[in-house]
Amino acid sequence: MLVPVTVVADGIPQPLMDKPGDARRGRVIAANSDRGNCLICHALPIAEAPVFGDLGPDLRGVGSRLSAAQIRLRLVDPKRQNPDTIMPAYYRTEGLYRVARAYAGQPMLAAQDIEDIVAYLKTVTGE
Amino acid sequence: MKRPLAVSVVGLLLAAAGIAAAQQDLAAYVSGDRRSGFTFLAPETRALQTDEFRNPGMLWVEEGERLWSVAPPGGQSCAGCHKDAAVSMKGVAASYPAYDEEQKHVINLEQQINQCRGRQKQPALAWESRELLALTAYVGRQSLGMPVAVKIDGPAAQSFARGKEEYEMRRGQLDLSCAACHESQVGAKLRAEVISQGQMNGFPIYRQLWQTMGSSHRMIAWCNEAVRAETYPAGSQEYVDLELYAKWRGRGLPVETPAVRR
Ligand code: HEC
Ligand code: HEC
Repeated sequence: MLVPVTVVADGIPQPLMDKPGDARRGRVIAANSDRGNCLICHALPIAEAPVFGDLGPDLRGVGSRLSAAQIRLRLVDPKRQNPDTIMPAYYRTEGLYRVARAYAGQPMLAAQDIEDIVAYLKTVTGE
Repeated sequence: MKRPLAVSVVGLLLAAAGIAAAQQDLAAYVSGDRRSGFTFLAPETRALQTDEFRNPGMLWVEEGERLWSVAPPGGQSCAGCHKDAAVSMKGVAASYPAYDEEQKHVINLEQQINQCRGRQKQPALAWESRELLALTAYVGRQSLGMPVAVKIDGPAAQSFARGKEEYEMRRGQLDLSCAACHESQVGAKLRAEVISQGQMNGFPIYRQLWQTMGSSHRMIAWCNEAVRAETYPAGSQEYVDLELYAKWRGRGLPVETPAVRR
């Protein structure tokens, strides 16, 4: 079961978990190709990663551009912001077609992972 | 440092000629707004494909050539019915998948070969088996350079319409359609992988990532797995329909079998 979320304006102000996000863990999940795999589409200030994809915008500085609530919505379900986006929803299980059996019924990331990545992206302020 | 003007002008002209030649080479791999996967490759990989002595896929073509004239016990060889492949198979791969009168639906080249295996009183060859890839590559090679031209009207129309629908349907945990990558993100980078138009004019392809040949259906399954979607089995009507639509998207592109891809 997913934690219910409430969208307010263009964000989700309420964290999904009581435990505050752990930015160090969030950085690891974002870079891991079996977990967030964010680098397949985005650049982030992660020096040990050799290459970044460019399907999505460069995320360097995103912590100054967006609030935690805005980042949370873009991770949970970016289609609520832009129905045509190619960015996957990381915390959604409904309305998907032919999900591989190994992943069926599960969100891409757990609620705590989302909070950890939000905490990490809030630290990504400068270059 | 000052260089003599004449020398640098000659250098510039030569460089321009080199670029023009390279662009002319690529022009053969473009038709209207359609661009072969070839045009997205690094020059070394392109050179590997076009040099038939170095193209690793040619091993399968050679094996296919051998199998073409092997008569199975109690049956006829391919050559027994079709004679010289250079004549009888010319243009065939450029027109597949195609509607089949016997089966009453659209089939692809591998399925046509297996239909002939039945006429040879032989069991069907397995998908991705060395023999099926070899025969498909050999038959495909006979259309080298010919423009892709599949029929999408008449009895193929339904298959085509289903293929288009599948192509545009978001799928998998990542919720992406074929079109989301191969139409909207052409040229963008998925990490180190440059997304091409996903054209089907080179199959079966030698894919360096696989270190072997693979069929068009293996490629579609690979893309399905990338978005964490449930795959269909190779040879399923869903994949044949998708293949027909994808092949039509590349109408006019030259057959490149066996293409070399990353
Ligand atoms: C398949 C591609 C893809 C993947 C994977 C992906 N994104 Fe995105 N992302 C995009 C695109 C494209 C946008 C642009 C916004 C839009 O399309 O609406 C975007 C936008 C964003 C934004 C808003 C940026 C801004 O400046 O407004 C954030 C934050 C973000 N992504 C974070 C992430 C994180 C973190 C991950 C991994 C957990 C991730 N993305 C994975 C494609 C992707
Ligand atoms: C997440 C992005 C993505 C999606 C979605 C996707 N593909 Fe691909 N596809 C790739 C990548 C990456 C490659 C390898 C590089 C290239 O040739 O584009 C590829 C390659 C291909 C090729 C080989 C092209 C050649 O030149 O030999 C075909 C054909 C293809 N895809 C068809 C499909 C079909 C059909 C679908 C939908 C069922 C699909 N793709 C969905 C990313 C994707």
